[in-house]
Amino acid sequence: MNAAVQHLPILQVMLPLLGAVIVAFLQNARAAFALTAAISWTMPFIAGALLWQVMESGPISYHLGGWAPPWGIEYRVDLLNGFVLLLISAVGAVIMPAARPAIDFEIDAQRQPRFYCMFLLCLAGLLGVTATGDAFNAFVFLEISSLSTYVLIALGPDRRALLASYRYLIVGTIGATFYVIGVGLLYLATGTLNMADLTVRIGMAWGEHSRAVITALGFITVGIGLKLALFPLHAWLPNAYTYAPSWVTVFLSASATKVAVYLLVRFYFSVFGPAIDLDLQPVASFIVALSVAAMFLASISAVFEANLKRMLAYSSVAQIGYITLGIGLGNQAGMTGGLVHIVNHGIMKAALFLAATAVVLRVRTMRITELAGIGRKMPWTIAAFSIAGFGLIGTPGTTGFISKWYLVLGAIERGWWALAFLIVASSLISLVYVGRFLELAWRREPLAEVANAADPPASILFPLLVLAAATIYFGIDPSLTAGVAGKAAEALLGMAR
Amino acid sequence: MSALSSPEHLLLLAVAVPFLGALAIPLFHNHPNLREGVTLVTAITLCLLVLRLLATMTAGARPKVALVEFGPTWSLGFALEPLGAIFALVASSLWIVNAIYSIGYMRAHREPRQTGFYVCFAIALGSTIGVAFARDLFTLFLFYEALTLSTYPLVTHKADAEAMRAGRLYLGLLLGTSMLLFLPAIIATFAISGTLEFTPGGSISGRIGSVGIGLLLALYVFGIGKAAMMPVHFWLPAAMVAPTPVSALLHAVAVVKAGVFCIVKIVVYVFGIETLAASNAAGWLIYAASASLILASLIALTRDNLKARLAYSTVGQLAYVVLGAALANSTGIIGSGLQLATHAAAKITLFFCAGAIYVAHHKTEISELSGIGRRMPVTMFAFLIGSLSIIGLPPFGGLWSKWTLTMGALDAGNLFVAGVLMVSSLLSLAYLLPVVARAFFLPPTEPSEALVQGRIAEAPVSCLIALCLTALLCIALFFGAGRVEMILQDLFPDLTDTH
Repeated sequence: MNAAVQHLPILQVMLPLLGAVIVAFLQNARAAFALTAAISWTMPFIAGALLWQVMESGPISYHLGGWAPPWGIEYRVDLLNGFVLLLISAVGAVIMPAARPAIDFEIDAQRQPRFYCMFLLCLAGLLGVTATGDAFNAFVFLEISSLSTYVLIALGPDRRALLASYRYLIVGTIGATFYVIGVGLLYLATGTLNMADLTVRIGMAWGEHSRAVITALGFITVGIGLKLALFPLHAWLPNAYTYAPSWVTVFLSASATKVAVYLLVRFYFSVFGPAIDLDLQPVASFIVALSVAAMFLASISAVFEANLKRMLAYSSVAQIGYITLGIGLGNQAGMTGGLVHIVNHGIMKAALFLAATAVVLRVRTMRITELAGIGRKMPWTIAAFSIAGFGLIGTPGTTGFISKWYLVLGAIERGWWALAFLIVASSLISLVYVGRFLELAWRREPLAEVANAADPPASILFPLLVLAAATIYFGIDPSLTAGVAGKAAEALLGMAR
Repeated sequence: MSALSSPEHLLLLAVAVPFLGALAIPLFHNHPNLREGVTLVTAITLCLLVLRLLATMTAGARPKVALVEFGPTWSLGFALEPLGAIFALVASSLWIVNAIYSIGYMRAHREPRQTGFYVCFAIALGSTIGVAFARDLFTLFLFYEALTLSTYPLVTHKADAEAMRAGRLYLGLLLGTSMLLFLPAIIATFAISGTLEFTPGGSISGRIGSVGIGLLLALYVFGIGKAAMMPVHFWLPAAMVAPTPVSALLHAVAVVKAGVFCIVKIVVYVFGIETLAASNAAGWLIYAASASLILASLIALTRDNLKARLAYSTVGQLAYVVLGAALANSTGIIGSGLQLATHAAAKITLFFCAGAIYVAHHKTEISELSGIGRRMPVTMFAFLIGSLSIIGLPPFGGLWSKWTLTMGALDAGNLFVAGVLMVSSLLSLAYLLPVVARAFFLPPTEPSEALVQGRIAEAPVSCLIALCLTALLCIALFFGAGRVEMILQDLFPDLTDTH
C-alpha cells in the first residue's frame, strides 16, 4: 500500500501510457472503451491523492528509476501542477461516459480501438507534461500529446478535419521545435535539464551567457505560445476544434491549451523568475497586451461566427486571454484569477462543447441559424449550455465570475483602472455571442431542422449536467478552486521574488 | 420547531420560499387552477414570513446567516435590517395582488406559455427577496443579476420581433451597466475597504478621499441600471411591450425598486451618510437626480401611449428615491424608504388600470380613452386614486414621502431640491390628471361606442379586485406611513434615542 502511494506520480502517467499500448492491440470497440474508461476513471483518484498529499506535506519529488536529480528524471508535484493534474483527469473521467455514443456516431467501429489508443496516449502526454520536473521530458510528453492529438483531430467525420489536423501539425511542430531549441540553449548554458536545477544554474550562468538565456526565454515563450493558442498564434485552434470529432473537442478544450499554459507559468515563475535578476516587466506588459487583444478580437470573431463550434472555439481563444492576462498581471490577485480560470474555463468549455456534441448527435448541424428553437426540443441540454454560457459571460453565481473578480481586483490593485474596465467590457462581448444563441434557442419557434430533436441519452446528459452543476457550485463556493489557486499563486510569487 | 422558527431560519426560509414555489409550479402544468393556487399560496406564505421577520426586527433582533463563506472575500448570506425589511414587505405583499391580477389578465388574453410565466415570476420574486436581505455586496450582486435574467423571459413573453428587440435592450442595458460599472465598483470597494459586508455607518469611511467617493458613487448609481437614472433609463419604456402584470413587476414590485433600493442601501451601508455628507461628494448626484426627475416628467407629458407615459413617470419617481439618498441625511433616507413603498402602491394601481383598459377594450393610447370612465368607472376611479397619490395629495400615501423628502431637503439646507420637488409634483399633476379628466368628461370619439354608452364593461373580476386592493393600499399608506417611518428610523439608532 505504502509502496503504491510512493509511486503515485509515475502511475499517473504510466497507467494511460501502458493502457494505450494494450488498447492498440484490441480489436473490439467495446473492450477498448471499457479499458479506456477504467483507466480514465482511476486518474482523478490518483490526482486527488497527489494533491491531498501536497496540501498535507508539501511538494512531492519522485525520482524516476531511482536516479537522483539532476542526473535522473524527476517528477515533481506541487500545488500548481497537482491542481492541473486533477483538472485534466477529472474532466477526462467525467466526460468518459459520453464518449461511447458520441464516438459511435462519428467514427466507425473498426477504427474505434485506435481512437481510444490515441486518446490514452494524449492523456498520458498531457499528464506527463504536467507532472514532470524535467524540461526535456516535458518536451517528450508534449510531443506524445501533440502527435496523438493530430490523429484524434484527423479522425473527424468531415474531410476538412484532415486539413485542420495538418495545419495544427505544422504549427504544433514549429512550436515544439522552438521549445526544444530554447531548452537546448538552456542546456548549453547550464548543462542541466532539471527544472529545479535550472533555476539554480541559470543564476550562475547569467553573467556569462545572459544572451543565450534570454534567447532561450524567447524561444520557449513562442513555442509554448503556439501550443496554448496565445493570440496571435491561435490560428490553428478554431479549425482544429471545429472539425475534430465533437467529443475530442470537449476533451481538448478543457485540457490541451491548459497544460501549455501551465508549462509557461512553470518556466516564468519557477525557472526564469527566481533565477535571473531580469526585469520581466516588459515581457509581462507584452503578454497583457496580447491577452487584451485576444479577449477583444477573438470575442468579436465569435460574434460574427455562424458555426456554433467555431464560435465556441474563438471564445476559447478569448478566454485563454483571461488566463494569460492573470499571469501577465503577476500579482497575487491577478495570478489567482489566471490560475483559477484554467480550471473554471476548463469546466465551462467542456460543458459547452459537450452540449454542442449532443446537438450534433441529434440534428447533425452546427449552423447557428438552423438551430432556432432547439431549446424547446432539448431543454436539459440547452439549459446546461445556458449555465455554462452565463459562466463565459461571468454572471455571479458561476465560475466565470470568480475568475473575473480576481482579474479585475488584480488590475485595480496595480492601479490599472483602464485594464479593469477592459476586462469587464470584453465580457460584455461574450454576452452578445452567448445571448444571441440563447435567444435563438429559447425564444424562437422550432424549425423543421430541429423538429425531431430530443435530449441526448443519459450517458451524455449526465456528464453535461455534472459539468453545469460544477459551473455553479464553484461559482458560489470557490474555496476548492480559488483557494488552491490562491495558494499556488502565493507559492509561485514567493519563489519568483 | 423552535429551532426552525428562529429568526435566522425564517430569513433563509423567506428567500427560499419563492424558489420552492418556482419548483412546484411546473408540477401543475396541466391544472391551471392548482398552478395559480401554488403561486398564491407561495406569495401569501412569503408575505407572512416577512411580516413575522418584521415583528422580530422591531423586537430588536438582527439575525444574520451565511450559507457559504469564502475567506474574507465574500459570503453568500443574508441579514435583516430595516431598509431591506420594508422593501421585502412591499415586494411580497404586492406579489399577492399581482398574482390575483395575473390570473384574470393572462386568462382573458389566452396568453401562451403561462406555466413558464409563473415560474419566472416566482424566481424573480425570490431574487428580489435575496436582494432585500443580502448581507453583503456579493450576495446583492448575485441576486441583482438573477433578477435581470429571470425577468428577461417575462419581458419577451410575446416573443415577436418587437418584444425581442425590447428584450435585447433590457438585457443589454441592465447586464451591461451592471458588469461595466457596478461590478468594478464592488471590486473597488473591496480593494479599498477589504470587506464586502454591509456595515452600519459605512465600510469605506475614512479610507478614500472625496473625489474617490464621488467617482465610486457615480459607478454605483449608473451601474445599477435598474434604478433607471437618466441616461440609463431607455430599457424601462422599451420594456412596456411586456404583459401588464410584468409591467407591474418591473415598475412597482421588484425591478426598479430593487435598483433604487440598492442605491439607498449602498449609500447607507457602504458610504455611510455621515461620510457622504462630510465629503460633499454626493452634490453632483442631487443635480443629476433632479435633472432626471424633471426631464422624465416632461417627456411623460408628451407621450400619448398610456404605458409609455406611466413608464416615464416611473423614471421621474425613482429619481425621488435617489434624491433622498443623495441628500445624505437621515430624513432624506427615511423619505427614500417611504417613497419606495408609496410609489410602489400607486404605480402598481396605475399599471393595473392601464392593463384593465387594454383587456376590456384593447386601447393603449390616451387619446382613445375619451369617455371610457363611464364604461369602466371602478378602474378609472382607482386610476384617479393612484394619480393623486403620485402627485402627493392627502389622503394618500404619496403625501408622506414627498413631505419627508422635502423635510430632508430643508434639513440639508437645500432649497433647490425643495423647489424641484414642488415643480415635479405639478408636472405629475399635469401628465396624470388629464387622463382621468378625458376618461370621465369627454364624449367617446368613435360613434360605434356611443351606441353602447352607459353599459358598464369592466375587466375580469380578479383584475378589478386587484386594482381596488392596491388603490385601498394607497389610502392605507396615508394612515400607516407612521409605522413605516418608525421602522426606518431604526436605521439611525442615535435618531431614535433623541425622540
